[in-house]
Amino acid sequence: MEITEKMVEGTATKLSAEEILEGKVLSARWEPKLKYAWDNGPAIGRYLAELKNGKIIAKKCDKCHRILIPPRMFCELCWVPTGEWVYVQDTGIVNTWIIGHVDWKAARLDIKGGARPITLSIIEIDGASKGMGILHHLGEVDPWKIHRGMKVKAVWKPPEERTGSITDIKYFKPIK
Amino acid sequence: MRRVAIVGAGLTKFYRNTQETPKELAYEATKMALDSCEMKLSDIDCVVNGTAPDAFDGVHMKGEYLSDGSGAYRKPYMRHFVGGGTGVLSPIHGWFHVASGMFDTCLVVAEEKMSSAYPHPAGAFLTIFDHTTEQPLYPTLIYIFAIEMNRFMTTHGYRKEDIALVAVKNKKNALDHPSAQIPGEVTVQDVLNSEIMAWPVNRLDISPTSDGAACIVLAAEHVARRITEKPIWIDGCGWSLDTAYWCTRDLYYPDYLEVAARQAYKMAGIKEPHKEIHVAEPYDPFTYKELHHIEGLMLAPRGKSVEMLVNGHFNRDGNLPTSPSGGLLGVGNPIAAAGLMKIMEVYLQLKGAAGKRQVPGNPTCGVANAWGDLMQVGTVVVLRK
Repeated sequence: MEITEKMVEGTATKLSAEEILEGKVLSARWEPKLKYAWDNGPAIGRYLAELKNGKIIAKKCDKCHRILIPPRMFCELCWVPTGEWVYVQDTGIVNTWIIGHVDWKAARLDIKGGARPITLSIIEIDGASKGMGILHHLGEVDPWKIHRGMKVKAVWKPPEERTGSITDIKYFKPIK
Repeated sequence: MRRVAIVGAGLTKFYRNTQETPKELAYEATKMALDSCEMKLSDIDCVVNGTAPDAFDGVHMKGEYLSDGSGAYRKPYMRHFVGGGTGVLSPIHGWFHVASGMFDTCLVVAEEKMSSAYPHPAGAFLTIFDHTTEQPLYPTLIYIFAIEMNRFMTTHGYRKEDIALVAVKNKKNALDHPSAQIPGEVTVQDVLNSEIMAWPVNRLDISPTSDGAACIVLAAEHVARRITEKPIWIDGCGWSLDTAYWCTRDLYYPDYLEVAARQAYKMAGIKEPHKEIHVAEPYDPFTYKELHHIEGLMLAPRGKSVEMLVNGHFNRDGNLPTSPSGGLLGVGNPIAAAGLMKIMEVYLQLKGAAGKRQVPGNPTCGVANAWGDLMQVGTVVVLRK
């Protein structure tokens, strides 16, 4: 018997999910319902307030001169407090993207039944420094026609529906 | 600093779901590791434990929970955790303890039981993302790796059908690994035709969810030479963390890994890694990720890893065998234990004890890496005989 075979011999017993679900093997179960309220801090707090106004705001580092989005109170590269607030555009370009056929819990979407694939993307925002991206969804586009460098623009919820959240932008859609 | 050697190793089989509890898995791997070098727990001075998110097991303070199974009763014990990068931080953490001169022997234990999170552990990851700017968009790990794979592909012009060869190679290598969960003979077409999870990632581009444990025994030089005629030395360690603003990094290249690798190579005196390293276990939870890491480890020039893969350079009998174990894609991915399994493979390869998996040419220097957190941590270990 070779060394790895000897090493693993007799270890770990295989179970199937069915054996647990059908109670053939006893298990203890718990479904937590945890609640948190996360403080956003001054930088993201202002970011959210501006989103509610239909605007995207960034913050500038006076040392490396990067215009940072999402805004932050200190520059993680220069390790100094950031300076002025800067409004940036609600347009940008697609840096990279996916065409998701499963949801966030890894459960299959019914794509054949007409469910829209999840098209999550990193979008480089116009007016921020090159490469500064945010995560958001793409919409009003054939998922298979998305491409790197595609120009996109935010589609906002109507003002009365905005709550001061990243989801005040419904998604980004392609523009010419 | 004192020289530190690996003198023993133990591993459990990897399954989607094991009957054993996490601490029972840890016990089995640890016992096996001690037996492999004919040591007793009383010979051990201290214990370190690597295990990834508590959310998998649903056991908060999992390090404490695992301590008994890790052989830590009334010993100095410390847990470390850097997400997926944990398993290769494990030997580094053990190395501190022994290299410092504080301890002569150290058990390094890594365990993961992903099956406890029901129905799938993916959902347990939502809270790793920024709670305000990302979490409301419901991202998940498969998405962000797919997003990185796509950037890697569009930057270098890599094709999915070429990247799929990593799955073909690793699953085939895993046929010879007795712990392997999903070994097999698959073709490029099988990979491309497998279910789309999040394009460009298909099912066969991904490692599975797994339960398992691994352990290695470390010893200072004067002790190691009494235990074995073939100590395998930890000659280089490196680790680094990139920014958590992961959407503002260019994901096409793993800078975090290059920083860590340069640190490890400097410590090991390696100047030309592609020539001086004979066997590598780059972290491969996804097909593209092995190539991404081969480039970050500077074992291939940027943008050239796919061409080298296609030419057979990374096959078990190629110029630089990568993942001869079968990797996470073939052996399985119980997070921390998978990283330590890679370290163990390099250890066995350098000892000439890898059996059917043995790479030819009497390798004397090998490297393994792991990666995790928000796609930002690199952990690297260089081993020599």
